[in-house]
Amino acid sequence: MHELAVTESLLEIAIRHAREKNASRITGLYLVIGKWSSIVDDSVQFYWDIISDGTIAKGATLHFQRVPVVLTCQDCGKEYEPVGEEFACPQCGGTHAKIKTGDEFNLEAIDVEE
Amino acid sequence: MPLRIPVVEKILSANDRLAVENQARFDTARVLALNIMASPGAGKTSLVEQTLKGFSGRLRIGMINGDIATSFDADRAQAAGATAIQINTGGDCHLDAAMVQSAISQLDLGALDLVIIENVGNLVCPADFKLGTHKSVLVASIPEGDDKPYKYPGMYRGVDVVVINKIDLLPYVPFRMDFFKKGIEVLNPGVVQFEISCRTGVGLSSWLAWLDRQVQEFKHN
Repeated sequence: MHELAVTESLLEIAIRHAREKNASRITGLYLVIGKWSSIVDDSVQFYWDIISDGTIAKGATLHFQRVPVVLTCQDCGKEYEPVGEEFACPQCGGTHAKIKTGDEFNLEAIDVEE
Repeated sequence: MPLRIPVVEKILSANDRLAVENQARFDTARVLALNIMASPGAGKTSLVEQTLKGFSGRLRIGMINGDIATSFDADRAQAAGATAIQINTGGDCHLDAAMVQSAISQLDLGALDLVIIENVGNLVCPADFKLGTHKSVLVASIPEGDDKPYKYPGMYRGVDVVVINKIDLLPYVPFRMDFFKKGIEVLNPGVVQFEISCRTGVGLSSWLAWLDRQVQEFKHN
């Protein structure tokens, strides 16, 4: 449960970018979260409602985009989604993979009013 | 009309920046820093004790211990001969770069060869928070079960070393070493691995030799 620390960081980044554009209000945040980043949407939303209160981001909507895990096999180059306890490449059985997507944890954009 | 502003920033970028500062301080002092992570009870503190004992009189070691409460671990490290700083996170499930920064200020880095940071016992959160250490070490243990790399891929993927502790329990616990290692290797090809028992001492010499080499190379290169 580190969503409080995460949500505080989120608020700080959003307010900083809004101020740079002289915005008076933040109405939406677009989050991109990989399936393997250990973040629970509901928990971020819970803390968001509390800590954004009294800031220019109060009431802003959090939009979560979840990104599936895709691995790239380092032996044959195939890209695949690991299933359950099977991480090996389904094409060549290779066991050396690099994560292509799925560990993102970014704030992509915000909606603001001037 | 609302205006959309592109941001594209890592949400933990503030922590990442502090971690870079921490690493710069370790680099300047030529002190190797380790981040030891594991679930509660895997044997982090036992590995630290054995490491302090193994390097006693040879390496000057500073400890930073993270726990939700109590200073048991720092006390154990101090008793084993290290300078130990306790961080009580007060409920936070992980150490972050800011906590480590304030602990570093209490250590005399110029008088140390190695700093070991013992993270809060947790297999989820610590992986997301960089501390500014040079090497991350995950302590796994046989009784936890062989499925942990598959259940906690974030943690197993992001470390440099996996130390498999309590191998003296292998005859008593169902644990498929092949299956476990396959899970680690797919996620983290080439990760350094040690099989040890802090209780019997088996395997510890390889771990100590590896760590000694890392410390010396870092100091002299």
